[in-house]
Amino acid sequence: MMTVSKEIIGDVTLITQGDTHFGADFVVHSQQDILALPKKIRDPFMLAFSAIESVCDPEIPVLTIMDLGVFRSLSIDDKNGLIVTITPTYSGCPAMSMIAFDVEVALGKAGFKQVTVHLSLKPAWTTDWMTKQGKKKLVDYGIAAPIGKSSALKTDRAALFGITEVCCPRCKSNNTEKLAEFGSTACKAQYRCKSCLEPFDYFKCI
Amino acid sequence: MTNENLYKYLIRMADNSLIFGHRISEWTGKCPTLEEDIALSNFALDFVGQSRSLYTYAAAIEGKGRDEDQLAYVKLLHDYKNILLLEQPNGDFGYTIMRAFIYSTFMHKFWLKMLNSKDETLAAIAAKSEKEAAYHVRHSAEWVIRLGDGTQESHNRMQTAADEIWRFTAEMFETDEIEMALIADGVAIDPKEIQDEWLSYIQEIFEMATLTLNQDVFMQTGGRSGQHSEYLGYILCELQWVQLTYPNSKW
Repeated sequence: MMTVSKEIIGDVTLITQGDTHFGADFVVHSQQDILALPKKIRDPFMLAFSAIESVCDPEIPVLTIMDLGVFRSLSIDDKNGLIVTITPTYSGCPAMSMIAFDVEVALGKAGFKQVTVHLSLKPAWTTDWMTKQGKKKLVDYGIAAPIGKSSALKTDRAALFGITEVCCPRCKSNNTEKLAEFGSTACKAQYRCKSCLEPFDYFKCI
Repeated sequence: MTNENLYKYLIRMADNSLIFGHRISEWTGKCPTLEEDIALSNFALDFVGQSRSLYTYAAAIEGKGRDEDQLAYVKLLHDYKNILLLEQPNGDFGYTIMRAFIYSTFMHKFWLKMLNSKDETLAAIAAKSEKEAAYHVRHSAEWVIRLGDGTQESHNRMQTAADEIWRFTAEMFETDEIEMALIADGVAIDPKEIQDEWLSYIQEIFEMATLTLNQDVFMQTGGRSGQHSEYLGYILCELQWVQLTYPNSKW
Protein backbone atom coordinates (compact mmCIF):
# COMPACT_ATOMS: atom_id res chain seq x y z
CA MET A 1 0.00 0.00 0.00
CA MET A 2 1.13 3.51 -0.77
CA THR A 3 -0.41 6.88 -0.21
CA VAL A 4 -0.97 9.62 -2.68
CA SER A 5 0.77 12.78 -1.65
CA LYS A 6 -1.46 14.84 0.54
CA GLU A 7 -0.92 18.15 -1.26
CA ILE A 8 -2.62 16.77 -4.28
CA ILE A 9 -5.96 16.19 -2.73
CA GLY A 10 -6.17 18.45 0.25
CA ASP A 11 -6.41 16.60 3.52
CA VAL A 12 -7.94 13.44 2.11
CA THR A 13 -5.59 10.50 1.91
CA LEU A 14 -5.94 8.25 -1.07
CA ILE A 15 -4.77 4.72 -1.15
CA THR A 16 -3.78 2.81 -4.24
CA GLN A 17 -3.79 -0.92 -4.47
CA GLY A 18 -0.36 -2.40 -5.06
CA ASP A 19 1.61 -0.39 -7.62
CA THR A 20 -1.39 0.63 -9.62
CA HIS A 21 -1.88 4.32 -10.09
CA PHE A 22 -5.26 5.74 -9.50
CA GLY A 23 -5.49 7.20 -12.99
CA ALA A 24 -5.50 3.78 -14.53
CA ASP A 25 -8.10 2.45 -12.15
CA PHE A 26 -10.63 5.15 -11.62
CA VAL A 27 -11.85 7.38 -14.37
CA VAL A 28 -15.18 9.04 -13.78
CA HIS A 29 -17.46 10.64 -16.32
CA SER A 30 -20.43 11.46 -14.14
CA GLN A 31 -21.64 11.67 -10.60
CA GLN A 32 -23.04 8.14 -10.87
CA ASP A 33 -19.55 6.87 -11.65
CA ILE A 34 -18.31 8.39 -8.40
CA LEU A 35 -21.03 6.67 -6.37
CA ALA A 36 -19.82 3.38 -7.79
CA LEU A 37 -16.27 3.96 -6.50
CA PRO A 38 -14.92 2.34 -3.32
CA LYS A 39 -16.16 4.39 -0.39
CA LYS A 40 -12.69 5.45 0.74
CA ILE A 41 -11.93 7.44 -2.36
CA ARG A 42 -15.32 8.96 -3.14
CA ASP A 43 -14.75 12.17 -1.22
CA PRO A 44 -11.89 13.66 -3.23
CA PHE A 45 -13.64 12.74 -6.47
CA MET A 46 -16.84 14.34 -5.26
CA LEU A 47 -14.96 17.45 -4.18
CA ALA A 48 -13.23 17.74 -7.53
CA PHE A 49 -16.38 16.98 -9.46
CA SER A 50 -18.40 19.72 -7.81
CA ALA A 51 -15.56 22.17 -8.39
CA ILE A 52 -15.54 21.32 -12.11
CA GLU A 53 -19.32 21.51 -12.16
CA SER A 54 -19.07 25.18 -11.27
CA VAL A 55 -17.13 26.04 -14.44
CA CYS A 56 -19.25 27.72 -17.09
CA ASP A 57 -18.78 28.34 -20.77
CA PRO A 58 -17.36 31.89 -20.96
CA GLU A 59 -19.50 32.70 -24.01
CA ILE A 60 -22.75 31.13 -22.75
CA PRO A 61 -22.35 31.69 -19.02
CA VAL A 62 -25.60 29.92 -18.06
CA LEU A 63 -24.22 26.59 -19.20
CA THR A 64 -21.69 24.62 -17.22
CA ILE A 65 -19.14 22.56 -19.11
CA MET A 66 -21.05 19.52 -17.90
CA ASP A 67 -24.33 20.80 -19.37
CA LEU A 68 -22.48 21.26 -22.65
CA GLY A 69 -20.77 17.90 -22.66
CA VAL A 70 -17.38 19.60 -22.92
CA PHE A 71 -16.26 17.88 -19.71
CA ARG A 72 -15.37 14.28 -20.55
CA SER A 73 -13.67 12.68 -17.58
CA LEU A 74 -11.81 13.06 -14.34
CA SER A 75 -9.13 10.83 -12.91
CA ILE A 76 -6.73 11.03 -10.01
CA ASP A 77 -3.20 9.83 -10.34
CA ASP A 78 -0.58 9.82 -7.58
CA LYS A 79 2.05 11.04 -10.01
CA ASN A 80 0.15 13.63 -11.99
CA GLY A 81 -2.52 14.69 -9.56
CA LEU A 82 -5.90 15.45 -11.06
CA ILE A 83 -6.41 14.90 -14.74
CA VAL A 84 -9.42 16.57 -16.25
CA THR A 85 -10.26 15.79 -19.86
CA ILE A 86 -12.26 18.25 -21.90
CA THR A 87 -13.11 18.34 -25.60
CA PRO A 88 -13.56 21.35 -27.89
CA THR A 89 -16.93 22.05 -29.49
CA TYR A 90 -15.36 23.42 -32.69
CA SER A 91 -11.74 23.15 -33.89
CA GLY A 92 -11.11 26.85 -33.49
CA CYS A 93 -13.25 27.41 -30.41
CA PRO A 94 -11.51 30.29 -28.60
CA ALA A 95 -13.22 29.40 -25.32
CA MET A 96 -11.15 26.25 -24.80
CA SER A 97 -8.09 27.82 -23.23
CA MET A 98 -10.36 29.94 -21.01
CA ILE A 99 -12.27 26.84 -19.92
CA ALA A 100 -9.03 24.96 -19.17
CA PHE A 101 -7.87 27.91 -17.11
CA ASP A 102 -11.18 28.16 -15.23
CA VAL A 103 -11.04 24.43 -14.43
CA GLU A 104 -7.57 24.85 -12.91
CA VAL A 105 -8.69 27.83 -10.87
CA ALA A 106 -11.85 26.10 -9.59
CA LEU A 107 -9.87 23.03 -8.55
CA GLY A 108 -7.18 25.18 -7.02
CA LYS A 109 -9.78 26.91 -4.88
CA ALA A 110 -11.08 23.51 -3.81
CA GLY A 111 -7.58 22.66 -2.56
CA PHE A 112 -6.18 20.63 -5.44
CA LYS A 113 -2.67 21.80 -6.16
CA GLN A 114 -1.66 19.60 -9.03
CA VAL A 115 -4.06 19.70 -11.94
CA THR A 116 -3.62 18.77 -15.58
CA VAL A 117 -6.27 19.68 -18.11
CA HIS A 118 -6.08 17.40 -21.07
CA LEU A 119 -7.67 18.30 -24.41
CA SER A 120 -9.13 15.34 -26.22
CA LEU A 121 -10.35 15.31 -29.83
CA LYS A 122 -11.77 11.85 -29.83
CA PRO A 123 -14.62 11.16 -29.96
CA ALA A 124 -15.63 14.42 -31.61
CA TRP A 125 -17.98 16.58 -29.58
CA THR A 126 -21.61 16.55 -30.58
CA THR A 127 -24.67 18.47 -29.40
CA ASP A 128 -26.14 15.06 -28.54
CA TRP A 129 -24.04 15.28 -25.37
CA MET A 130 -25.77 18.39 -24.18
CA THR A 131 -27.88 17.55 -21.13
CA LYS A 132 -31.66 18.05 -20.96
CA GLN A 133 -31.09 20.51 -18.17
CA GLY A 134 -28.54 22.31 -20.34
CA LYS A 135 -31.02 22.64 -23.21
CA LYS A 136 -33.62 24.06 -20.89
CA LYS A 137 -31.17 26.61 -19.45
CA LEU A 138 -30.23 27.58 -22.99
CA VAL A 139 -33.84 28.32 -23.97
CA ASP A 140 -34.46 30.26 -20.75
CA TYR A 141 -31.40 32.32 -21.61
CA GLY A 142 -32.83 33.17 -25.04
CA ILE A 143 -30.95 30.74 -27.28
CA ALA A 144 -32.88 28.06 -29.18
CA ALA A 145 -31.54 24.61 -28.29
CA PRO A 146 -30.21 22.19 -30.92
CA ILE A 147 -32.97 20.22 -32.59
CA GLY A 148 -32.71 16.53 -33.39
CA LYS A 149 -29.83 14.11 -33.15
CA SER A 150 -26.52 14.91 -34.79
CA SER A 151 -25.95 11.29 -35.78
CA ALA A 152 -29.21 11.29 -37.73
CA LEU A 153 -28.10 14.36 -39.68
CA LYS A 154 -24.85 12.91 -40.88
CA THR A 155 -25.94 12.22 -44.44
CA ASP A 156 -27.81 15.43 -45.12
CA ARG A 157 -25.81 17.85 -43.06
CA ALA A 158 -24.66 19.55 -46.23
CA ALA A 159 -28.14 19.57 -47.81
CA LEU A 160 -28.88 22.88 -49.46
CA PHE A 161 -31.41 25.39 -48.20
CA GLY A 162 -32.33 22.92 -45.48
CA ILE A 163 -35.21 24.15 -43.39
CA THR A 164 -35.09 23.33 -39.71
CA GLU A 165 -38.15 24.38 -37.78
CA VAL A 166 -36.76 26.29 -34.85
CA CYS A 167 -38.95 27.39 -31.98
CA CYS A 168 -38.54 30.99 -30.83
CA PRO A 169 -37.10 30.89 -27.30
CA ARG A 170 -38.99 34.08 -26.43
CA CYS A 171 -42.61 33.57 -27.60
CA LYS A 172 -42.40 29.83 -28.46
CA SER A 173 -43.70 30.40 -31.99
CA ASN A 174 -42.53 28.08 -34.74
CA ASN A 175 -42.99 30.81 -37.33
CA THR A 176 -39.29 31.63 -37.59
CA GLU A 177 -36.74 32.05 -40.37
CA LYS A 178 -33.02 31.63 -40.69
CA LEU A 179 -31.10 34.87 -41.20
CA ALA A 180 -27.63 33.41 -41.44
CA GLU A 181 -25.88 30.08 -41.12
CA PHE A 182 -23.34 31.49 -38.69
CA GLY A 183 -23.97 33.44 -35.51
CA SER A 184 -22.18 35.24 -32.71
CA THR A 185 -20.06 32.15 -32.03
CA ALA A 186 -19.07 29.17 -34.17
CA CYS A 187 -21.73 27.01 -32.57
CA LYS A 188 -24.71 29.22 -33.37
CA ALA A 189 -26.83 30.38 -36.32
CA GLN A 190 -28.92 33.54 -36.53
CA TYR A 191 -32.71 33.30 -36.70
CA ARG A 192 -35.63 35.70 -36.55
CA CYS A 193 -39.09 35.12 -35.13
CA LYS A 194 -41.82 36.23 -37.49
CA SER A 195 -44.39 36.29 -34.70
CA CYS A 196 -42.70 38.44 -32.07
CA LEU A 197 -40.18 39.89 -34.56
CA GLU A 198 -37.22 39.30 -32.25
CA PRO A 199 -33.94 38.02 -33.63
CA PHE A 200 -32.36 35.13 -31.71
CA ASP A 201 -29.51 32.64 -31.79
CA TYR A 202 -29.99 28.97 -32.57
CA PHE A 203 -27.46 26.50 -31.18
CA LYS A 204 -26.63 24.38 -34.25
CA CYS A 205 -27.06 20.64 -34.13
CA ILE A 206 -23.72 19.10 -35.02
CA MET B 1 11.78 10.98 -36.34
CA THR B 2 9.83 7.77 -36.37
CA ASN B 3 7.46 8.70 -39.12
CA GLU B 4 8.81 11.34 -41.44
CA ASN B 5 6.18 10.71 -44.10
CA LEU B 6 3.36 11.30 -41.66
CA TYR B 7 5.03 14.48 -40.45
CA LYS B 8 5.28 15.85 -43.99
CA TYR B 9 1.72 14.85 -44.76
CA LEU B 10 0.44 16.65 -41.67
CA ILE B 11 2.42 19.78 -42.51
CA ARG B 12 0.91 19.90 -46.00
CA MET B 13 -2.60 19.67 -44.63
CA ALA B 14 -1.89 22.13 -41.83
CA ASP B 15 -0.35 24.67 -44.22
CA ASN B 16 -3.41 24.44 -46.45
CA SER B 17 -5.73 25.14 -43.54
CA LEU B 18 -3.61 27.91 -42.07
CA ILE B 19 -3.07 29.83 -45.31
CA PHE B 20 -6.68 29.51 -46.36
CA GLY B 21 -7.92 30.46 -42.89
CA HIS B 22 -5.66 33.50 -42.88
CA ARG B 23 -6.73 34.49 -46.38
CA ILE B 24 -10.41 34.35 -45.51
CA SER B 25 -9.83 36.21 -42.26
CA GLU B 26 -8.89 39.23 -44.39
CA TRP B 27 -12.64 39.66 -44.94
CA THR B 28 -13.29 40.21 -41.25
CA GLY B 29 -14.73 43.70 -40.90
CA LYS B 30 -15.05 44.21 -44.66
CA CYS B 31 -17.84 41.90 -45.83
CA PRO B 32 -20.82 43.18 -47.81
CA THR B 33 -23.17 42.43 -44.90
CA LEU B 34 -22.75 41.90 -41.18
CA GLU B 35 -24.10 38.31 -41.37
CA GLU B 36 -21.56 37.45 -44.03
CA ASP B 37 -18.80 39.08 -42.06
CA ILE B 38 -19.61 36.76 -39.18
CA ALA B 39 -19.92 33.76 -41.50
CA LEU B 40 -16.54 34.26 -43.17
CA SER B 41 -14.88 34.98 -39.83
CA ASN B 42 -16.26 31.64 -38.67
CA PHE B 43 -14.90 29.95 -41.79
CA ALA B 44 -11.50 31.40 -41.01
CA LEU B 45 -11.71 30.31 -37.39
CA ASP B 46 -12.58 26.74 -38.38
CA PHE B 47 -9.64 26.50 -40.77
CA VAL B 48 -7.15 28.04 -38.37
CA GLY B 49 -8.49 25.74 -35.65
CA GLN B 50 -8.06 22.70 -37.88
CA SER B 51 -4.52 23.78 -38.73
CA ARG B 52 -3.73 24.03 -35.04
CA SER B 53 -4.83 20.43 -34.42
CA LEU B 54 -2.74 19.28 -37.38
CA TYR B 55 0.38 21.27 -36.41
CA THR B 56 0.07 20.10 -32.81
CA TYR B 57 0.01 16.50 -33.98
CA ALA B 58 2.89 17.14 -36.40
CA ALA B 59 4.93 18.62 -33.55
CA ALA B 60 4.32 15.49 -31.47
CA ILE B 61 5.37 13.26 -34.37
CA GLU B 62 8.48 15.34 -34.97
CA GLY B 63 9.39 15.01 -31.31
CA LYS B 64 11.90 17.86 -31.22
CA GLY B 65 10.09 19.86 -28.59
CA ARG B 66 8.76 22.39 -31.09
CA ASP B 67 5.16 23.48 -30.68
CA GLU B 68 2.40 24.20 -33.17
CA ASP B 69 3.22 27.92 -33.32
CA GLN B 70 6.79 27.25 -34.35
CA LEU B 71 5.67 24.89 -37.09
CA ALA B 72 3.15 27.42 -38.31
CA TYR B 73 5.09 30.68 -38.11
CA VAL B 74 8.80 30.12 -37.98
CA LYS B 75 9.75 28.93 -41.42
CA LEU B 76 10.70 30.25 -44.83
CA LEU B 77 8.36 30.76 -47.73
CA HIS B 78 9.47 27.62 -49.55
CA ASP B 79 8.80 25.52 -46.47
CA TYR B 80 5.08 26.23 -46.77
CA LYS B 81 3.47 23.40 -48.73
CA ASN B 82 -0.02 24.76 -49.25
CA ILE B 83 -1.58 24.48 -52.69
CA LEU B 84 -1.55 27.57 -54.93
CA LEU B 85 -5.33 27.90 -54.96
CA LEU B 86 -5.48 28.92 -51.32
CA GLU B 87 -2.90 31.69 -51.43
CA GLN B 88 -4.51 33.58 -54.31
CA PRO B 89 -5.89 36.97 -53.29
CA ASN B 90 -9.55 37.11 -52.26
CA GLY B 91 -10.60 39.13 -55.29
CA ASP B 92 -14.24 40.19 -55.08
CA PHE B 93 -16.82 38.49 -52.89
CA GLY B 94 -17.79 36.24 -55.80
CA TYR B 95 -14.23 34.94 -56.20
CA THR B 96 -13.95 34.30 -52.46
CA ILE B 97 -17.23 32.38 -52.38
CA MET B 98 -16.46 30.42 -55.54
CA ARG B 99 -13.08 29.31 -54.18
CA ALA B 100 -14.59 28.49 -50.77
CA PHE B 101 -17.22 26.37 -52.52
CA ILE B 102 -14.77 24.46 -54.72
CA TYR B 103 -12.30 23.86 -51.89
CA SER B 104 -14.84 23.12 -49.14
CA THR B 105 -16.58 20.57 -51.33
CA PHE B 106 -13.23 18.85 -51.75
CA MET B 107 -12.42 19.07 -48.05
CA HIS B 108 -15.79 17.76 -46.93
CA LYS B 109 -15.35 14.62 -49.02
CA PHE B 110 -11.71 14.44 -47.94
CA TRP B 111 -12.56 14.44 -44.21
CA LEU B 112 -15.39 11.95 -44.68
CA LYS B 113 -12.87 9.53 -46.19
CA MET B 114 -10.32 10.35 -43.52
CA LEU B 115 -12.75 9.14 -40.84
CA ASN B 116 -11.55 5.65 -41.76
CA SER B 117 -7.86 6.41 -41.41
CA LYS B 118 -5.90 3.86 -39.41
CA ASP B 119 -4.24 6.77 -37.67
CA GLU B 120 -6.49 7.47 -34.70
CA THR B 121 -5.54 11.11 -34.27
CA LEU B 122 -6.12 11.88 -37.93
CA ALA B 123 -9.48 10.12 -37.76
CA ALA B 124 -10.35 12.21 -34.69
CA ILE B 125 -9.40 15.46 -36.42
CA ALA B 126 -11.45 14.34 -39.42
CA ALA B 127 -14.52 13.67 -37.26
CA LYS B 128 -14.39 17.20 -35.98
CA SER B 129 -13.54 18.86 -39.28
CA GLU B 130 -16.12 16.98 -41.31
CA LYS B 131 -18.93 18.65 -39.39
CA GLU B 132 -17.42 22.08 -39.93
CA ALA B 133 -16.75 21.42 -43.62
CA ALA B 134 -20.40 20.44 -44.16
CA TYR B 135 -21.41 23.93 -43.07
CA HIS B 136 -18.81 25.50 -45.34
CA VAL B 137 -20.15 23.58 -48.32
CA ARG B 138 -23.75 24.41 -47.58
CA HIS B 139 -23.13 28.09 -47.02
CA SER B 140 -20.90 28.62 -50.04
CA ALA B 141 -23.02 26.46 -52.37
CA GLU B 142 -26.12 28.47 -51.52
CA TRP B 143 -24.25 31.65 -52.35
CA VAL B 144 -22.94 30.23 -55.64
CA ILE B 145 -26.53 29.48 -56.66
CA ARG B 146 -27.88 32.85 -55.54
CA LEU B 147 -25.15 34.84 -57.23
CA GLY B 148 -24.79 32.67 -60.33
CA ASP B 149 -28.54 32.71 -60.88
CA GLY B 150 -28.82 36.30 -59.70
CA THR B 151 -28.35 39.48 -61.70
CA GLN B 152 -26.37 39.69 -64.94
CA GLU B 153 -23.57 41.38 -63.01
CA SER B 154 -23.39 38.75 -60.25
CA HIS B 155 -23.65 35.96 -62.84
CA ASN B 156 -20.74 37.41 -64.84
CA ARG B 157 -18.59 37.76 -61.76
CA MET B 158 -19.24 34.18 -60.65
CA GLN B 159 -18.48 32.88 -64.13
CA THR B 160 -15.23 34.86 -64.26
CA ALA B 161 -14.29 33.56 -60.82
CA ALA B 162 -14.94 29.95 -61.81
CA ASP B 163 -12.88 30.36 -64.99
CA GLU B 164 -9.97 31.91 -63.11
CA ILE B 165 -10.00 29.40 -60.28
CA TRP B 166 -10.23 26.20 -62.28
CA ARG B 167 -6.54 26.13 -63.28
CA PHE B 168 -5.57 25.68 -59.62
CA THR B 169 -7.86 22.71 -58.93
CA ALA B 170 -5.65 19.89 -60.26
CA GLU B 171 -3.19 20.41 -57.41
CA MET B 172 -5.78 19.18 -54.89
CA PHE B 173 -5.59 15.74 -56.48
CA GLU B 174 -1.81 15.42 -56.78
CA THR B 175 -0.03 12.70 -54.87
CA ASP B 176 3.65 11.85 -54.56
CA GLU B 177 5.61 8.95 -53.05
CA ILE B 178 5.06 10.26 -49.51
CA GLU B 179 1.30 10.09 -49.86
CA MET B 180 1.39 6.84 -51.80
CA ALA B 181 3.26 5.16 -48.94
CA LEU B 182 0.78 6.49 -46.38
CA ILE B 183 -2.17 5.53 -48.57
CA ALA B 184 -0.81 2.00 -48.77
CA ASP B 185 -0.65 1.94 -44.97
CA GLY B 186 -4.26 3.09 -44.68
CA VAL B 187 -3.20 6.32 -42.99
CA ALA B 188 -3.67 8.86 -45.80
CA ILE B 189 -6.44 8.94 -48.35
CA ASP B 190 -6.08 9.00 -52.10
CA PRO B 191 -7.66 12.27 -53.29
CA LYS B 192 -8.27 10.75 -56.71
CA GLU B 193 -10.87 8.53 -55.08
CA ILE B 194 -13.02 11.54 -54.31
CA GLN B 195 -12.40 13.41 -57.56
CA ASP B 196 -15.46 12.08 -59.40
CA GLU B 197 -17.95 12.84 -56.66
CA TRP B 198 -16.32 16.21 -56.09
CA LEU B 199 -16.67 17.08 -59.78
CA SER B 200 -20.24 15.86 -60.05
CA TYR B 201 -21.29 17.96 -57.05
CA ILE B 202 -19.63 21.05 -58.55
CA GLN B 203 -21.46 20.38 -61.82
CA GLU B 204 -24.76 19.90 -60.01
CA ILE B 205 -24.44 23.23 -58.23
CA PHE B 206 -23.19 25.00 -61.37
CA GLU B 207 -26.25 23.80 -63.23
CA MET B 208 -28.53 25.23 -60.55
CA ALA B 209 -26.48 28.42 -60.65
CA THR B 210 -26.70 28.64 -64.47
CA LEU B 211 -22.89 28.65 -64.64
CA THR B 212 -20.68 26.88 -67.17
CA LEU B 213 -17.80 24.70 -66.08
CA ASN B 214 -14.90 25.36 -68.45
CA GLN B 215 -12.51 22.54 -67.69
CA ASP B 216 -10.25 22.91 -70.71
CA VAL B 217 -7.56 25.03 -69.08
CA PHE B 218 -3.85 24.70 -68.37
CA MET B 219 -3.37 23.41 -64.82
CA GLN B 220 -1.00 25.39 -62.61
CA THR B 221 0.63 23.54 -59.71
CA GLY B 222 3.72 23.92 -57.53
CA GLY B 223 2.66 24.98 -54.04
CA ARG B 224 2.96 21.47 -52.67
CA SER B 225 6.65 21.48 -53.51
CA GLY B 226 7.15 25.00 -52.16
CA GLN B 227 7.04 26.78 -55.54
CA HIS B 228 4.62 29.56 -54.69
CA SER B 229 3.06 32.50 -56.43
CA GLU B 230 4.16 35.97 -55.30
CA TYR B 231 0.97 36.26 -53.23
CA LEU B 232 2.14 33.94 -50.45
CA GLY B 233 4.92 36.39 -49.60
CA TYR B 234 2.40 39.11 -48.86
CA ILE B 235 0.45 36.76 -46.59
CA LEU B 236 3.60 35.80 -44.68
CA CYS B 237 4.57 39.45 -44.14
CA GLU B 238 1.46 39.79 -42.04
CA LEU B 239 1.16 36.25 -40.70
CA GLN B 240 4.73 36.02 -39.40
CA TRP B 241 5.21 39.59 -38.29
CA VAL B 242 4.59 39.13 -34.58
CA GLN B 243 6.68 35.95 -34.34
CA LEU B 244 9.59 37.50 -36.24
CA THR B 245 9.49 40.77 -34.36
CA TYR B 246 9.04 39.26 -30.92
CA PRO B 247 10.38 35.69 -31.23
CA ASN B 248 8.75 33.12 -28.94
CA SER B 249 6.35 35.67 -27.58
CA LYS B 250 3.38 34.30 -25.64
CA TRP B 251 0.01 35.72 -24.74
